[in-house]
Amino acid sequence: MSEATTDGPMLAADGTPLKKSLARALRREKIRAFMLIAPLLIFILITFIAPIADMLFRSVENNIVSDTIPRAVQMLKTWDPDEDDLPDEDTYLAFYTDMVFAEERKQHTRLGTRLNYEKTGMSSLFRKSGRGVGRFDTDEYTDAFTDLNAAWEDPQTWLEVASEAGPRTASAITTWQAVLREEEDDPLEEDPTDWDVLYANLFADLSASDGYDNALLEEARVATAEIEPVSLRAAFDDIDEDWSDPEVWKTIQTYAATYTPGYFLNSVDLALTPDGIEARDEDQRIYITLFQRTLYLSLMITFSCILLGYPVAWILANLPARSANLLLILVLLPFWTSLLVRTSAWKVLLQQQGVINDILVWSRLIDEAGRLVMINNQTGTIIAMTHILLPFMILPLYSVMKTIPPSYLRAAKSLGATNWTAFWRVYFPQSVPGMGAGSILVFILAIGYYITPELVGGTQGVFISNRIAFHISSSLNWGLAAALGTILLAAVLILYWAYDKMVGIDNVKLGG
Amino acid sequence: MKLTTTLMATSALVITAGASFADGHMADELTLVSWGGAYQKSQQRAYSEPYAADTGVNFIWDESSSEAVAKLRAMNEAGNITWDVVDVVAADAIRLCDEGLAMEIDHDEMLAAAPDGTPASEDFGDLIVSDCFIPQIVYSTTFGYRNDLLEKAPDSVCAIFDTETYPGKRSLEKQPIANLEWALICDGVDIGDVYDVLETEEGQDRAFAKLDTIKDDTIWWSAGAETPQLLADGEVSIGSTYNGRLFSVIEEQNQPVSILWDWQMFDLDGWIIPAGLPEDRQARALDFVKFATDTQRLADQAKFISYGPARASSAPLVGTHADLGIEMAPHMPTDPANAVNTFLFNYEWWADYRDDLDAKFQAWLAQ
Repeated sequence: MSEATTDGPMLAADGTPLKKSLARALRREKIRAFMLIAPLLIFILITFIAPIADMLFRSVENNIVSDTIPRAVQMLKTWDPDEDDLPDEDTYLAFYTDMVFAEERKQHTRLGTRLNYEKTGMSSLFRKSGRGVGRFDTDEYTDAFTDLNAAWEDPQTWLEVASEAGPRTASAITTWQAVLREEEDDPLEEDPTDWDVLYANLFADLSASDGYDNALLEEARVATAEIEPVSLRAAFDDIDEDWSDPEVWKTIQTYAATYTPGYFLNSVDLALTPDGIEARDEDQRIYITLFQRTLYLSLMITFSCILLGYPVAWILANLPARSANLLLILVLLPFWTSLLVRTSAWKVLLQQQGVINDILVWSRLIDEAGRLVMINNQTGTIIAMTHILLPFMILPLYSVMKTIPPSYLRAAKSLGATNWTAFWRVYFPQSVPGMGAGSILVFILAIGYYITPELVGGTQGVFISNRIAFHISSSLNWGLAAALGTILLAAVLILYWAYDKMVGIDNVKLGG
Repeated sequence: MKLTTTLMATSALVITAGASFADGHMADELTLVSWGGAYQKSQQRAYSEPYAADTGVNFIWDESSSEAVAKLRAMNEAGNITWDVVDVVAADAIRLCDEGLAMEIDHDEMLAAAPDGTPASEDFGDLIVSDCFIPQIVYSTTFGYRNDLLEKAPDSVCAIFDTETYPGKRSLEKQPIANLEWALICDGVDIGDVYDVLETEEGQDRAFAKLDTIKDDTIWWSAGAETPQLLADGEVSIGSTYNGRLFSVIEEQNQPVSILWDWQMFDLDGWIIPAGLPEDRQARALDFVKFATDTQRLADQAKFISYGPARASSAPLVGTHADLGIEMAPHMPTDPANAVNTFLFNYEWWADYRDDLDAKFQAWLAQ
């Protein structure tokens, strides 16, 4: 040992401190290992985690309102429904401007659909208003300004001078240009007189101003005194009286925020109303019931899978290899049959005019009037789902039972245990990890199923997933579907955590 | 001199080549989206097979019409539209058009006129419910009943609410549309007032109260094939489904079932072309749609399935079934003998009330 090793840090062969050298080697190792799993990790991130995150994000996202009618949203911030019955004329002008451009971009009906989730009637109100805003009397402004000076017919004027008139005109022109750009039109070739909305905003800015340096603007400002203002509130009221209903404006105001808890509240049978969070009408409450039912039925299905799967797995594990393999194929066979075929087969068997009822009637166990109702209710869902998910219970159980040496049972018996004690005290505890794995698989699969419950569940045997599927593909309320999905995911994670606390996740084995 | 000629010849060549590219280049593949089953088969035999024989275009079929709006929305967000022509119900066409997901159609410009020269927009008439919608068929949701299980043949839709005279289970679609209308009609509301009544809380309660009387006797279906199956098995004695399905149960499978046409609910089905397709694919889609919705082609489809052609000019051309050889006209929902009492599904009204009533309907079912 040299002096250096006793005084300074231990050195590697190349002279660097050993600690550093070791860390570098380990890091290299780690990077290499990471590179090996990187393709899978990236694949999962892109195809699985990112879409799910995006979908879940939709449960709070609500920027459609502020994106579609930004000016009105801004103006409504200062509106206090308790003081003024209706928003002021400026808000109506902002809303009119927004609607004209939204109509041009075909976004207004989408907003209507969004708001219709919260207040019935918004859908047609927005569609109707989209058609109506093009026919407002605001063309009187257009005529007045163009009569005053032909320069107002020239797009050049609008692009260069008009922005100075005031913030409203400037912002309207910016959006106007953006809309034209999207349609790949040249603003210089556009006829501004087709856009009454520009003149309406110009009029509002000019009448609010005290004077301009620009001669054209000043001339127009002086002339505004002669122009009769058009009441946009009255114009909207002409389209539909609902625009004079404060509730409509309150709904827009309530849902103006970029993020909303509204969808989550809806998924637990509450509603975000202008007056705060309220419970939904009793005849519209459904989701809590469905969540409870989904949990209850999934537990029932898991339980019946254990009940039916355990003996089968035990036989499989204890038979000689040849017959065990044959039986295993029978267990796997359903996997190779279409899910819909299996579900339909249960219909044929279980319905009131079905095979089982026919046999029971034929053997006089029941009479014609007493045919059993076994499908289109919870019984149907439990039977069909248990059948479909049974292999997911049998396989982990089987692979765990395979590893329990038969000598343990013999040893227990030779020490005086009865059959039951030997099974319960020696065999069963060793099979619990397989049962845990099977239960988790079956429960998680069951909780998200919807095709089978839809077909055999009737009204009492459908799951929350059926509503999620409905909102994704039919009602297109993706925000609500995302909120329901998030809650379901959270419920599963909590149950998983509880399971980990009670049984221990290390105690779960899929095999070996 | 020689140089000029060559130059001129070259430029002439370039111009003709360019022109032919601009007006003639169409994609040689077409992705069609439809509903699958007998309906899609009828479209293949009446439209796509003759079109492919004429043009050599390769057809790819996708059976996603039931989720068309959701999928088109997702495709639009992803910026990659893989469909060229999509078969949708009118309500979905309206939604797609509203959201700018479907292309606006100039019906007179882009579709064939009737043989007598009537422009397409007049030939289709009121059935053009949206600027993007190219009507194809009129179908109806109506009732089929087992004529061996019921002692008395029902002659009114209200038979479904009369479990004493007409015993047995019923099957109804698991959605509020149509069921609430029938409930009110049978509760004595005049057809003209149905939607006014349904707008009110009392009206809705009234409709649900009427449905309550048969709730325990009803099996709710969500796929069109379910009622025909339930009828064939004798599981229900009367049930609603699409009239084409009933035709197939009665005429093709010879089951002891009859159709009750009273207060059938009309609905429309047709094509839309997604917005924002590349030029060559859009040109092909338009060319196909023009071919597939001309008077003769629409009448041809009725040879394979009992849905009424959307053009007025096609009606006289409807002939016999291609395989069974029976006259098709009496099986059409639009046949005057069948269309005594009918109503049209009110698209705009349901767009407003669907969210609300659907929540109520589901809550009612779950009770």
